[in-house]
Amino acid sequence: MKFEYAPAPESRSIVSLRDWNGLFIGGEFVPGTGGSGVFKTVSPATEEVLAEVTSAGAEDVDRAVAAARAAYERTWSVMPGRERGKYLFRIARILQERSRELAVLETLDNGKPIRESRDVDVPLAAAHFFYHAGWSDKLSYAGYGPSPRPLGVAGQVIPWNFPLLMLAWKIAPALACGNTVVLKPAETTPLTALLFAEICQQADLPPGVVNIVTGAGDTGRLLVGHPGIDKVAFTGSTEVGKEIARTCARSRRRLTLELGGKAANVVFDDAPVDQAVEGIVNGIFFNQGHVCCAGSRLLVQESAAEDVLAALRRRMATLRLGDPLDKNTDVGAINSAKQLAKIRTLAESGDADGAQRWSPPCVLPDRGFWFPPTVFTGVSQAHRIAREEIFGPVLSVLTFRTPAEAVEKANNTPYGLSAGVWTEKGSRILWMAGRLRAGVVWANTFNRFDPSSPFGGYKESGYGREGGRHGLEAYLDVH
Amino acid sequence: MSTDQGAGAAGRIAVRKTYKLYIGGAFPRSESGRSYAVTDHRGGFLANAALASRKDARDAVVAARKAFAGWSAATAYNRGQVLYRVAELLEGRRAQFAAEVRAASGAAVRAAEAEVDAAVDRWVWYAGWADKLTQVRGSANPVAGPYFGFSLPEPTGVVAVLAPVSSPLLGLVSVIAPAIVSGNTVVVLAAERCPLPAITLSEVLATSDVPGGVVNVLTGRMAEIAPWLASHMDVNAIDLSAAPEPLGCELAESAAANLKRVLRLGDGDWSAEPGLERMFGYLETKTVWHPVGI
Amino acid sequence: MNSSVATAVSDVTSIAASGQALRRFLHGLPGVDEAGAQARAAMLASRSIKTTAKRQALDAAISMIDLTTLEGQDTPGKVLAMCAKARRPDPADATAPPVAAVCVYPDLVPVAVSGVAGSAVRVASVATAFPSGRASVDVKLADVKSAVAAGAGEVDMVIDRGAFLAGRYLGVFEEIAAVRAACGDAHLKVILETGELATLDNVRRASWLAMLAGADFIKTSTGKVAPAATLPVTMVMLEAVRDFRSAHGRQVGVKAAGGIRTAKDAIRYLVLVNETAGEEWLDPRWFRIGASSLLNDLLMQRTRMASGRYSGPDYFTMD
Repeated sequence: MKFEYAPAPESRSIVSLRDWNGLFIGGEFVPGTGGSGVFKTVSPATEEVLAEVTSAGAEDVDRAVAAARAAYERTWSVMPGRERGKYLFRIARILQERSRELAVLETLDNGKPIRESRDVDVPLAAAHFFYHAGWSDKLSYAGYGPSPRPLGVAGQVIPWNFPLLMLAWKIAPALACGNTVVLKPAETTPLTALLFAEICQQADLPPGVVNIVTGAGDTGRLLVGHPGIDKVAFTGSTEVGKEIARTCARSRRRLTLELGGKAANVVFDDAPVDQAVEGIVNGIFFNQGHVCCAGSRLLVQESAAEDVLAALRRRMATLRLGDPLDKNTDVGAINSAKQLAKIRTLAESGDADGAQRWSPPCVLPDRGFWFPPTVFTGVSQAHRIAREEIFGPVLSVLTFRTPAEAVEKANNTPYGLSAGVWTEKGSRILWMAGRLRAGVVWANTFNRFDPSSPFGGYKESGYGREGGRHGLEAYLDVH
Repeated sequence: MSTDQGAGAAGRIAVRKTYKLYIGGAFPRSESGRSYAVTDHRGGFLANAALASRKDARDAVVAARKAFAGWSAATAYNRGQVLYRVAELLEGRRAQFAAEVRAASGAAVRAAEAEVDAAVDRWVWYAGWADKLTQVRGSANPVAGPYFGFSLPEPTGVVAVLAPVSSPLLGLVSVIAPAIVSGNTVVVLAAERCPLPAITLSEVLATSDVPGGVVNVLTGRMAEIAPWLASHMDVNAIDLSAAPEPLGCELAESAAANLKRVLRLGDGDWSAEPGLERMFGYLETKTVWHPVGI
Repeated sequence: MNSSVATAVSDVTSIAASGQALRRFLHGLPGVDEAGAQARAAMLASRSIKTTAKRQALDAAISMIDLTTLEGQDTPGKVLAMCAKARRPDPADATAPPVAAVCVYPDLVPVAVSGVAGSAVRVASVATAFPSGRASVDVKLADVKSAVAAGAGEVDMVIDRGAFLAGRYLGVFEEIAAVRAACGDAHLKVILETGELATLDNVRRASWLAMLAGADFIKTSTGKVAPAATLPVTMVMLEAVRDFRSAHGRQVGVKAAGGIRTAKDAIRYLVLVNETAGEEWLDPRWFRIGASSLLNDLLMQRTRMASGRYSGPDYFTMD
């Protein structure tokens, strides 16, 4: 029997789309001043314009930083940790209460499947606030001395792949540690950050503790270069990360960077095959491959390559691509035309370099930005698709013969964010983990995240960790 | 409560409540059928509370043991969420708790409310520890050899607690929360003279997401019940801080029969930040070795 | 599955040539990571089946039911009533399809045969000292033969879990093969009783063992042990039949039995079949659900979709 799932779209009615004429500064939505502009944010699945948003100029960033400074000095840094924590608990609760609204808005603005925004992004964002709420009055137990101090005002710039979740990763630890923030969401996905601003109001968070300035790269540059901030936290591309590192080098500002990756997912011939295939799929097609820690290089032991690839293709044929608001969609839209062009260029380089491209039969919608789940076999280390971060649903497959060769190939990249190891042999997992130059090693699983688990990269994947006890260090004066 | 005692202004007769035990998520009467009069700080009658027997204590330990597997296996995040929800419910009963604290201690309205607020904050403080204890108390062990080693805290099991007398609500919360946050289950003997906050807390727990049996509340005589808990071979730890001497020494001696972990920290200043001692007192450390190799 | 398995399976006799050879083969199957399997099953359980797809799924689920009564208190009257229900599940709606089969104890097979006579509903009988399987081989074979002689078209046998857990795989294999022979033309469903096998690795091995020995179907449970059918267990069995077919060329069916009580549960199993083994298994010939109370919930949902309002148990027959 042919079992076609009927469309099961999540209702959009929970979200009220409107133009967000303003920036969230000092606890209120205020219009942009001279030097500001407006930009449109579109649904990548349909190219429908969702809203007009303010692009913050220099004066706006000044105001936001001043508001954060005032809140830091007058309110937030002097408030007992216990009371700070209660605000964070409130925010966590409101995120849970408004989870459906946030999930729908995230899916509209980002293009990711509603299943992911509903089951991953939003619950994890709430969990992040919940976890850090508890740290607010326990910082003296975190291992950074008896009374660690906050840094001051943090300037935070986040990417478009997990808009709300990245906001939570940035804001929750900053606030728990007693800092105030000015955060700039990505220009293609500003909406959940603006809804979060509303949630701050709903939680009666003191004005100025959280400020949201929307805009593109220029706004981000103004923020990270602003003399009034004490700390910069950035998640995004390695290229921009290096530029920010140069800026902060001159100002001696504290900086954490969570950048790109080209993770190796290493599958041995004694791996639990069905779960390994799930892990490969989850590693590269989760969130359309818009994941800095995506398992974009599959390193499979030669003796198992044929079986694993056959199983992978069979599994890829069941992936459901389409309307991100459909609850059964597995693969959503590419976030922007620009990103789609980049993915296409790199995929074409794979063809040109002689790798073999395969995608399951799948119909791409007429409107919007789409790229099918794709696997390249016959890839060698020299190919661009084995070296450059594609940030899309494109997997490059390489083979290896011995554990040492797997380690060598896995580490042969300027990146070092994450890695995966699949084998039923525990001692080999630990041997591999000890040699992989990556900030996170997943064994017999992939793309797992938890607020208690530190995340961050080696080498050009950035520095500093987010999450867990270790993540607090980025927002505390530990010197 | 004292305000419920007589007829109201309009001649309405108040509906009085029968106070019962809290065992395994249910509210049974004492199997002994006994009760005792609870009075306010001036000696005025407040209510009859169940006078628990040794069999009630036995039943409570059985319930706590039964609940241990599930509660200790819940994720730390889940325990944290469940305990935070309790704090929300406690806050909702603020007025009732304040009235009970006042009746018990004769404290001024402000002072009683301050104790309730501190109790809620204390519960929140402990709730936040659920998913942090392992990170503060655990370790990776750099052993000299091709092995990966780590040590993790684990709950010890069933904990018997004698609730403090000096602080009927804040003290009570301060001895229960540190035991259950890490996954232990508890049998608490409420303070004999002022058990009403403990009974109300059990009603809060019963309507919360805390599984039945994780906290069991007995009301009755310490001298009668505590020896049964202290000597019980299926109790893993006991908090004797509230026991007066020489009873405390006698109980500690019986607790040695199965080498219970014994806490004797005194019935002190409950308003100070508690530190880690009580949580750590109910933790075992488990060390794991695993080879590293191809 | 992999080509090495394909080669090996081409010669079942060599795999089962000795206890050691069989053990090597079964322990050479890829492992199952429990956390990963559970996560995958949970993800599939979150599929949202609506409108036309739901209507289709409800009817498919009804047509895949082995309507079952396996109680000490069973009587001819009870079995006949169940047969009537199996043939025409919803007296008020002739468009509701009949179920696949009725499943009874061997002594009630003649009653069931007369009850379904003239319809497409098949008669399945449990056998081999169901549910424990604790009897001598002779007794088990006699049990099977009597059921088949009485007209059972399908036999649901239980494996010797004690022997399996003790590692005496060859004994289990030979017993299944003997039952297979005793079945004649009847279809053999082999009950693994996964609730007693404890690990998903064991479920995979027992699935292969049963298929190698000649099972037409592999079945999760007797319904007398908790847990009975679960999504992760059924998923591992569906992976096994999928891999067995690509290695051996023979398609084996799967029956999930016990614990499936609601239409929502049943639809989750159909999604699991669809996305694990594939649509070729979405057919009463290849997938069955062993259940009793499930049928009425499916009928209620069916009526709800047709009428647009919720129904109640008073409007469906209790047999």
